[in-house]
Amino acid sequence: MFKQAIEICKKDFRSELRTRYAVNALLMFVIVVISVIKFSIGDERLSNEMSAGMLWIIIFFATSNGLSRVFVSEEERGTSLTLKLISKSSSVFLGKLIFNISLTFILNIFIIFLYIIITNLDIKSFGLFLLCVSLGNLGLSAVLTIIAALISRASSKGTLYPVLSFPLLLPLLLSSISATFLCIEGTSIEGIAGELQIIISFSVVLITASFLLFDLIWND
Amino acid sequence: MAITGRNGSGKSTLVKIIAGLLGKTSGDVTISANNSVIKQDSIYNYLGFVSPYLNLYDEFSGYENLKICSDIRGTGHYNIDNVLKRVGLYERRNDLLKIYSSGMKQRLKLAFGILHNPAILILDEPTSNLDKDGVKVVDDIAAEYKQDSILIIATNDEHEKSLCEKEFNINTSPPAPSPHVEGV
Repeated sequence: MFKQAIEICKKDFRSELRTRYAVNALLMFVIVVISVIKFSIGDERLSNEMSAGMLWIIIFFATSNGLSRVFVSEEERGTSLTLKLISKSSSVFLGKLIFNISLTFILNIFIIFLYIIITNLDIKSFGLFLLCVSLGNLGLSAVLTIIAALISRASSKGTLYPVLSFPLLLPLLLSSISATFLCIEGTSIEGIAGELQIIISFSVVLITASFLLFDLIWND
Repeated sequence: MAITGRNGSGKSTLVKIIAGLLGKTSGDVTISANNSVIKQDSIYNYLGFVSPYLNLYDEFSGYENLKICSDIRGTGHYNIDNVLKRVGLYERRNDLLKIYSSGMKQRLKLAFGILHNPAILILDEPTSNLDKDGVKVVDDIAAEYKQDSILIIATNDEHEKSLCEKEFNINTSPPAPSPHVEGV
């Protein structure tokens, strides 16, 4: 299953490199949003609470803008049938999940880099900050991948995606924002242990439930 | 076996259900090999499927499409050149699919269907968009597969029907005694 999933992920990366559909849209979105924030705040410095919240708002909207493509493009182009004929449903989900996690990770490196430069953000516990963002990404990708599979056959995909994903993501976003804020303030690992436990538990439960449910969604 | 019937009678629906691509509301489809039932999630190893509504990836070439499918299936690349030569696309194997004509795309779908030497080959209107040479390719593939494999063609075309030894008409034939497919 894992080998098949890696091949599906490689196929999606090659496809993305050829079409650049998601990458272009995501990069443009991030540049526009961060520019708007810069013009809005001018030379003012955002408070640490505001910075943490703002960062996760950008991450949430940027990812919900692009991650649905993994399933929506297969449905729109009629290639989902091809995938069903060459692989197990669990491999398809794992492959798409790995692709989305990797894409989110690459995208977030770019977001964090730009965000720190533009807002002059001073992160006191940078290692823990990266850990929080990475774990948050894992949960975010898990939710957005299964929701993308759900909405790929709906007619109003654009509207449904944030509507369905937001309630599911709320506990994850709240914990991630809180942990990010504490990292900016310079907390130790003990200070964010509770938040990390919630983020990790959330991701494990979501990924497990997604594997159990995906077969029903994919083969409907 | 040819599956025939009026437009909208459910020929394509039936072959999709046999191939495990569509859920069923009632009944059961069992595919077995050597008296052991093949699980639904590994059926793709035994099945080749060609239809007008099957699409391959436009951003890749014909060769890349088959290579990707082989990589995902884990069957290796040994048969790609053979099937491309067989369907007459070897010379155009490096062209992107988006510049293929509809007939060339149909030929590539045939190559995709037989790439892994499946035990069951399901063809839904296999000669649509094909020229005379393309139809000859389908004839040859059908002749080969009905020898030692299971060949199912969903069609209303007289020529495609003539490639099969049995016919099941959805509108007029009595219900089959068992949908069990034996001897894979």
